[in-house]
Amino acid sequence: MIDPAAPTFWPQLMQVLLEGTWETVYMTAIAMAITFVVGLPLGIILVGTEQGRFLEAPFGSRALGRVVNGLLGFIVNLGRSVPFIVLMIALIPVTRWLLGSFIGTGPAIVPLTLVAIPFFVRVVEIAVREVDPGLFEAAESLGASRWLLVRRVLLPQATPAILLGTATTITSIINFSAMVGVVGGGGLGNVALTYGMQRYSWIHIVFVVIILFALVQLIQWALTALAKRLGAQPIRRGPKKDATADAQAHLDADLALPSSRTPTHPSGSTP
Amino acid sequence: MISIEHVSRRFGDGPDAVVALDDVSIEVPRGSIFGVVGQSGAGKSTLLRTVNALERPDSGRVVVDGVEVTALEGKALLQARHQIGMVFQHFNLVGNRTVAQNVEFALEATGAPKKDRRPKALEMLDLVGLAHRADDRPGQLSGGQRQRVGIARALASGPDVLLSDEATSALDPETTRSILELIQRLSRELGLTVLLITHEMDVVKRICDAAALMETGRVIEQGSLDDLIRTPGSRVAAELFPVGEAHYIPHHRIIDVTYTGLSADRPVIAQLARDFGLDVSILGAALETIGGHQAGRTRLAVPGDASVALKVIDSLTAQGVTAWEVLA
Repeated sequence: MIDPAAPTFWPQLMQVLLEGTWETVYMTAIAMAITFVVGLPLGIILVGTEQGRFLEAPFGSRALGRVVNGLLGFIVNLGRSVPFIVLMIALIPVTRWLLGSFIGTGPAIVPLTLVAIPFFVRVVEIAVREVDPGLFEAAESLGASRWLLVRRVLLPQATPAILLGTATTITSIINFSAMVGVVGGGGLGNVALTYGMQRYSWIHIVFVVIILFALVQLIQWALTALAKRLGAQPIRRGPKKDATADAQAHLDADLALPSSRTPTHPSGSTP
Repeated sequence: MISIEHVSRRFGDGPDAVVALDDVSIEVPRGSIFGVVGQSGAGKSTLLRTVNALERPDSGRVVVDGVEVTALEGKALLQARHQIGMVFQHFNLVGNRTVAQNVEFALEATGAPKKDRRPKALEMLDLVGLAHRADDRPGQLSGGQRQRVGIARALASGPDVLLSDEATSALDPETTRSILELIQRLSRELGLTVLLITHEMDVVKRICDAAALMETGRVIEQGSLDDLIRTPGSRVAAELFPVGEAHYIPHHRIIDVTYTGLSADRPVIAQLARDFGLDVSILGAALETIGGHQAGRTRLAVPGDASVALKVIDSLTAQGVTAWEVLA
């Protein structure tokens, strides 16, 4: 039991919280950065290799497109269906092999990244799927290469939805990061675990909750603002729906059932 | 300029298969505006997409300006597409990029150097009268303006061919007219060959030199508008001149008279009454401006038998108009 009346209590609390916050931000930032770099292309490839899409035949091979699509879909589903705590423990040998140790804040980034990538691939998938197929057709009709199509059509259109999804992904990384205390990872979750649970300091818990809340708010606000800016279309009151809002709705529905195994890549297209 | 030769395309297999194109052949002369009309599901859209290989036919070939598009792959196909512009019903502009960036994209696709893109894009926008909106987003423009941007984008790479996929179907009549006028003007100024598909006969009437009528994947009739309106029983002509259904009238013969150009101004019916002393009744008439010329059709009921009808038709033909008996 910690005594809040002790003169060292508040300075120590600040010290612990500061360190915890830094570790959480550090783990989340690195995990998100890796997730973004890996997940963005994977999400684009996952949708692109569907039948009738721009990557249905990579290197001129339809069979390759089908294999890549099937494999990616399978991995994403697999990754999303394993509970984080199980994944974290299962990854201990991998992390040890990769980083030499599985204890601590750094190694905790490995399971955090691996749980976030499938989630983020799904985010990108939804965002890309919302891009009007007519735009791809127009780009094709102009004789644009696939790379140009991705850069100048797909990304500009999908970016607002991807940013909103990034906010959601970061939030869930922060969520999961609270659990890495189990494998010796630091962060605010660990603060709550060691001070709040093991030493009965409710003051620590309250502060941890406030800081986490502020972090999530800040990220959501910043990315929403950015998404609005990039997708700003003031006079857009047509039959076409707002892709950004729509993607968010999909995502919210998806989050309501975190362990659902709905297929993420309905195949087949109508002629 | 565009030769579509015996093109067939089916979707799906077995009993569920849909034949979108059934041995379709169309020839579009250089510099002309060719319209393919038909209801939705007739295969027009699929046909149009075989010209720039967005759709691959199962058999047959498509040749554009001497290049067999149906045989192209990879880079060669991309290059061929730079010579074939396309505009769409829903414009298909990238909403999160500016108007100018949308046009610049077409230039980037051709590999044009970065510094040349913006000036060229502005030039194209000027051509369609929208240079002052270059830095707006497409969402801030009206439908007609968006289609103008679509046209600027399609023509930025300097193609010889423009494909139009129901370009005016989402627009109101006033805007439709201005877009059609723009396409016609650009076709003349730039020597473009235009292949358009539409379900509106009005589009054909306004700007087309020639047309084809499609139904369930087949071309029912095709030819220049001048020829089609002189063809007895032409359904394109019947749509262009709505004189109604022909009904049998006892002791009368029904004759359709079609006149174009100069003959449209001549009093052929009055002449008929004078020459034969017949009480000719007019059942219906339609006057239209087709391809910039006056053209019309009048449906007459002539009292008498087949021999009278034949004499009347001979007389009308001698006066330079086209006439034939309906319900014979």
